[in-house]
Amino acid sequence: MIGGLFIYNHKGEVLISRVYRDDIGRNAVDAFRVNVIHARQQVRSPVTNIARTSFFHVKRSNIWLAAVTKQNVNAAMVFEFLYKMCDVMTAYFGKISEENIKNNFVLIYELLDEILDFGYPQNSETGALKTFITQQGIKSQTKEEQSQITSQVTGQIGWRREGIKYRRNELFLDVLESVNLLMSPQGQVLSAHVSGRVVMKSYLSGMPECKFGMNDKIVIDKQGKGGSTDDAGKSSGKQSIAIDDCTFHQCVRLSKFDSERSISFIPPDGEYELMRYRTTKDIILPFRVIPLVREVGRTKLEVKVVIKSNFKPSLLAQKIEVRIPTPLNTSGVQVICMKGKAKYKASENAIVWKIKRMAGMKESQISAEIELLPTNDKKKWARPPISMNFEVPFAPSGLKVRYLKVFEPKLNYSDHDVIKWVRYIGRSGIYETRC
Amino acid sequence: MTDSKYFTTNKKGEIFELKAELNNEKKEKRKEAVKKVIAAMTVGKDVSSLFPDVVNCMQTDNLELKKLVYLYLMNYAKSHPLCTDCEDPNPLIRALAVRTMGCIRVDKITEYLCEPLRKCLKDEDPYVRKTAAVCVAKLHDINAQMVEDQGFLDSLRDLIADSNPMVVANAVAALSEISESHPNSNLLDLNPQNINKLLTALNECTEWGQIFILDCLSNYNPKDEREAQSICERVTPRLSHANSAVVLSAVKVLMKFLELLPKDSDYYITLLKKLSPPLVTLLSGEPEVQYVALRNINLIVQKRPEILKQEIKVFFVKYNDPIYVKLEKLDIMIRLASQANIAQVLAELKEYATEVDVDFVRKAVRAIGRCAIKVEQSAERCVSTLLDLIQTKVNYVVQEAIVVIRDIFRKYPNKYESIIATLCENLDSLDEPDARAAMIWIVGEYAERIDNADELLESFLEGFHDESTQVQLTLLTAIVKLFLKKPSETQELVQQVLSLATQDSDNPDLRDRGYIYWRLLSTDPVTAKEVVLSEKPLISEETDLIEPTLLDELICHIGSLASVYHKPPNAFVEGSHGIHRKHLPIQHGSSGPAAPVDQPQVIPSQGDLLGDLLNLDLGPPVNVPQVCSMQMGAVDLLGGGLDSLVSDPIIIMHPTLCGWKNIIYVLLSNSWSGPGLISVDFLLLLAVLNFCVLQVWLPAAKAKGLEISGTFSRRQGHMYMDMSFTNKALQHMTDFAIQFNKNSFGMIPTTPLAVHTPLMPNQSIDISLPLNTIGPVMKMDPLNNLQVAVKNNIDVFYFSCLIPLSIFFVEDGKMERQVFLATWKDIPNENELQYQIKECHLNADTVSGKLQNNNIYTIAKRNVEGQDMLYQSLKLTNGIWILAELRIQPGNPNYTVKNTLNEKVCPNLWPVLYNIIWMQLWMYYS
Repeated sequence: MIGGLFIYNHKGEVLISRVYRDDIGRNAVDAFRVNVIHARQQVRSPVTNIARTSFFHVKRSNIWLAAVTKQNVNAAMVFEFLYKMCDVMTAYFGKISEENIKNNFVLIYELLDEILDFGYPQNSETGALKTFITQQGIKSQTKEEQSQITSQVTGQIGWRREGIKYRRNELFLDVLESVNLLMSPQGQVLSAHVSGRVVMKSYLSGMPECKFGMNDKIVIDKQGKGGSTDDAGKSSGKQSIAIDDCTFHQCVRLSKFDSERSISFIPPDGEYELMRYRTTKDIILPFRVIPLVREVGRTKLEVKVVIKSNFKPSLLAQKIEVRIPTPLNTSGVQVICMKGKAKYKASENAIVWKIKRMAGMKESQISAEIELLPTNDKKKWARPPISMNFEVPFAPSGLKVRYLKVFEPKLNYSDHDVIKWVRYIGRSGIYETRC
Repeated sequence: MTDSKYFTTNKKGEIFELKAELNNEKKEKRKEAVKKVIAAMTVGKDVSSLFPDVVNCMQTDNLELKKLVYLYLMNYAKSHPLCTDCEDPNPLIRALAVRTMGCIRVDKITEYLCEPLRKCLKDEDPYVRKTAAVCVAKLHDINAQMVEDQGFLDSLRDLIADSNPMVVANAVAALSEISESHPNSNLLDLNPQNINKLLTALNECTEWGQIFILDCLSNYNPKDEREAQSICERVTPRLSHANSAVVLSAVKVLMKFLELLPKDSDYYITLLKKLSPPLVTLLSGEPEVQYVALRNINLIVQKRPEILKQEIKVFFVKYNDPIYVKLEKLDIMIRLASQANIAQVLAELKEYATEVDVDFVRKAVRAIGRCAIKVEQSAERCVSTLLDLIQTKVNYVVQEAIVVIRDIFRKYPNKYESIIATLCENLDSLDEPDARAAMIWIVGEYAERIDNADELLESFLEGFHDESTQVQLTLLTAIVKLFLKKPSETQELVQQVLSLATQDSDNPDLRDRGYIYWRLLSTDPVTAKEVVLSEKPLISEETDLIEPTLLDELICHIGSLASVYHKPPNAFVEGSHGIHRKHLPIQHGSSGPAAPVDQPQVIPSQGDLLGDLLNLDLGPPVNVPQVCSMQMGAVDLLGGGLDSLVSDPIIIMHPTLCGWKNIIYVLLSNSWSGPGLISVDFLLLLAVLNFCVLQVWLPAAKAKGLEISGTFSRRQGHMYMDMSFTNKALQHMTDFAIQFNKNSFGMIPTTPLAVHTPLMPNQSIDISLPLNTIGPVMKMDPLNNLQVAVKNNIDVFYFSCLIPLSIFFVEDGKMERQVFLATWKDIPNENELQYQIKECHLNADTVSGKLQNNNIYTIAKRNVEGQDMLYQSLKLTNGIWILAELRIQPGNPNYTVKNTLNEKVCPNLWPVLYNIIWMQLWMYYS
């Protein structure tokens, strides 16, 4: 299991050092600094073995988190734990920065003591942790409160405590999708997929039982069979989507999903990620990028890029940004664009074209002349792909929330009393067109 | 600190004074104080509140003081705050106490913690119980015996049936860890009832607990396919968990139990289908988890390619992927490449070849070559892609491309030679040995199709001595090939290269190869042609597959570090040699064509010697588990390239430095087939090289992967045992030692076996072991039999070999003329033997010169009736003289040899010895 955990700043100074196992000596701290943080070469692997000791590291801004072990640990678990550790720290004191870590080091040690015992990860749900690890010192607790805490931390519903009360029962569902695309210069889709997340903010009293439904093809086809008309099958075929795979927050009863494909759960209080999913079929690609790059002699490039929006005209895309890479030996750029603003950013080796808003079924164009310094560098310019960023108010996968039912038999509010909000946001993930 | 004033006034009294004294700077004062404390303790005063201050004093060199402190500790450990806290009404505090308690690594104190721990294991609060479960593992780490004696293991086992899932999970984790250090005990006692309990807890516990339980489940061997299936059914839902470690551990359980399911059942097929999406989903995680997932997918794809064969697109590299993800994806792409998707794969690879990262680009170019070799239909497209890449003139791309094209030529001979012209254009830009060697090989191999092949090769000759050995060797071979193909125009060139290789070079490999070619060419050009231009064996399609036994073992370690390193745990975990190696379950019954899991002993089983090795370690362990994909790439290159590179006409037996010996070996076996072909010159050459055929003394199969071949020789008056050790196992070998049994000549090694660096898998090492004859003597049968024991970190191995007697011929074997005459007459007739050597065309002078080189001296020469008579002597290391008379009749190729020995030899030994000497002499006389 995990033998020790270290946090370093960008210089390699140790901010937090917690050793769980005897086989990890003090020199392990230095070994990682010397061999990884101060290494001259770029990091070639997130797992490093130095003198029979394995180091797992992740980086958050310029902070290094490293877990150390001498055993054959579950590597995926170690990384998942490091991510979780980051989440917990962020939930407690915000951004992970050197200053925040230094200011909260006692708290971090306390947390590390609780969520990692002898290198075994324990309950690390912030909801539960916050009930008894506080920066205010130990509150005097009654016996009931204490046993409530322990039963929550170890219990089946470790993510939610009992006795939560809201005057207004409310929940917010965000369907956040990132659409990824890799397109060839000829407009052929090389790969496209949507990775989506359903994020829920729940402000519900008691221990509510929830059931979530979406236009999952498998579910709808099952129901369609019940109706058993061809028409229904066809029309639902259009509205339903094929989900390649999905994963759920630990509150969801997986065995129930496996057998009935129904998503039922008792949600944590506040914000959390209910599910993640992935689709690859029938994706609506919100934008199409058509690049045209022409080399005029050895010292000049002509670039023309057309973007087309491909969704309902009534909808508006926002925060559109097209990034056109330029060669390293660019000496000057002239840009003309129909809409928005375009700028050559020498430090980033790219022309950045920004458009605030763009409605559906529109088209816009940019053309640029790039002047190059003559070089005798034989190495060809790699021509990185043109990338794009945007945000659209729909789910490119076509996912729709059909219902989210809430039952709380013990308290006197019903599904109808809960105020529910659903929002769809589609963002660009890695949205690239090769040129 | 406004509240502090309430306390200051109270800080008076004995305890306060003692406290102050205990913290005094002076050692003496402190000692005094501790004595006072002990005194107070003895009379029954409560001094427990001084606990921290007394403990502080523990840090001292003063033995007396230390003992006092320990005395105090033992008395108060029971009422130590930790122990009292274990009784606290607040479960959080009880748990905190028991958690901390396990971290105190003082044996004496630990004993006092047993009682509180026992209580905590049965605490009413689950939070305390789950903490206590881990505490048992901690305690076991400190004092395993005590944990067993106190019966904590039983308590831990009881917790598996606990009502709280988290307690179950922690108990499982603790038991798993403890059972790792007891490989044989059945600590976990996985039976169907327990499995059922675990599966129930699996649905309810935290994500981490699910990982512990799944990892534990994967060690279970279901008794039949029904049980396997029912476990699989209950594990499958975990594939939808958000935590990638839960998913991978579930995949591990399923991959293991799949072995037990009948291959034709519906469930088997559904399960295979269910495995694919979660694996793909892992790739949308964060890069570090992606990396772990990819390393595992690499294994899964090798074990069960059908799972992901449709998903090649997800392994396409993204521009922003970290380099370690890119390299891994590329590896998997190649494995999944097939006729169906080759067009897409190629288009991608071509794209990657224009990227920035040099390693990645190289790997991409190499990948194109591998596609060509793997998918025959795509070869043409691959070649044209490679040609396009060569046109880019990016230096390292061109070089890498030429290296892979050479392999393509070898896989598809006489198909793509039309592109040679294009390749030749890039000759000047090649600066890496690999690429230069590949290009030279191509020019040599296809010399007849390249008009200016001689000019091209000549251009390399100019800087011959600055080239790397690899290039020099290839160049030598290439020019010899060229000469055999176009003898008329290239005589000068071949002379030049042969003299460069033989006369001007210090490199023995090069010189030896040069001599062989030279002799071959000068004696028998037809044979030379046959040998040098012989047909080459084809290269295989998949070069870098993990050896099947290792693969099966790694499948059992999915998700863990072993799967990331692609090494078994004992390769990187200290003191784990006792650990039971995991293997896939074997299907029971006879449903379907069950693939028998045969486990060839390729990987040597771990004995206790490894432990010795660790203790005796000469230096820091050398880069054992440091695997990264780049190194794997390098291995590919070796696998696919080296044999074509170095050996060229001759099949190489060991892809290592001992190259020339094997070359001769093959030459010999070629020429020996027809006795008419044996040229005396060739044998002379062998004598010059002081050469005996390398024999395999210890085959790898008998020695857990270690192969030893060798021969004996005598150089500059010293005897040597020339050996080549080859590691054919998958793990490195170290710690070599050698010992001889008593033998007829009392031969023992002069120095210990000098192998200082570990012998890595697939490596060979050449060793020359100096010998002398001062050891104990014992008669062996046959007389020249030598029994040898070789030890390494794995085991001790025994073999025996025959010592050629010639190495015992000493340099001062020249007898005085007078003595010779006298002795010759004195020797009784029964010691005299005669025999004839047939078909020998040497004259007397050459013979005596040749024999002199082997310490057989000509004392006198006479001409009697047109016959040359040579009188010769030789002396063995043990002082035995052998005298010989050699009669050579001009025109009659038959020699007559009369041998005698001096009388010292024990008479019944003589015929045996005689036989051996005869065999030996035949070699020289003929």
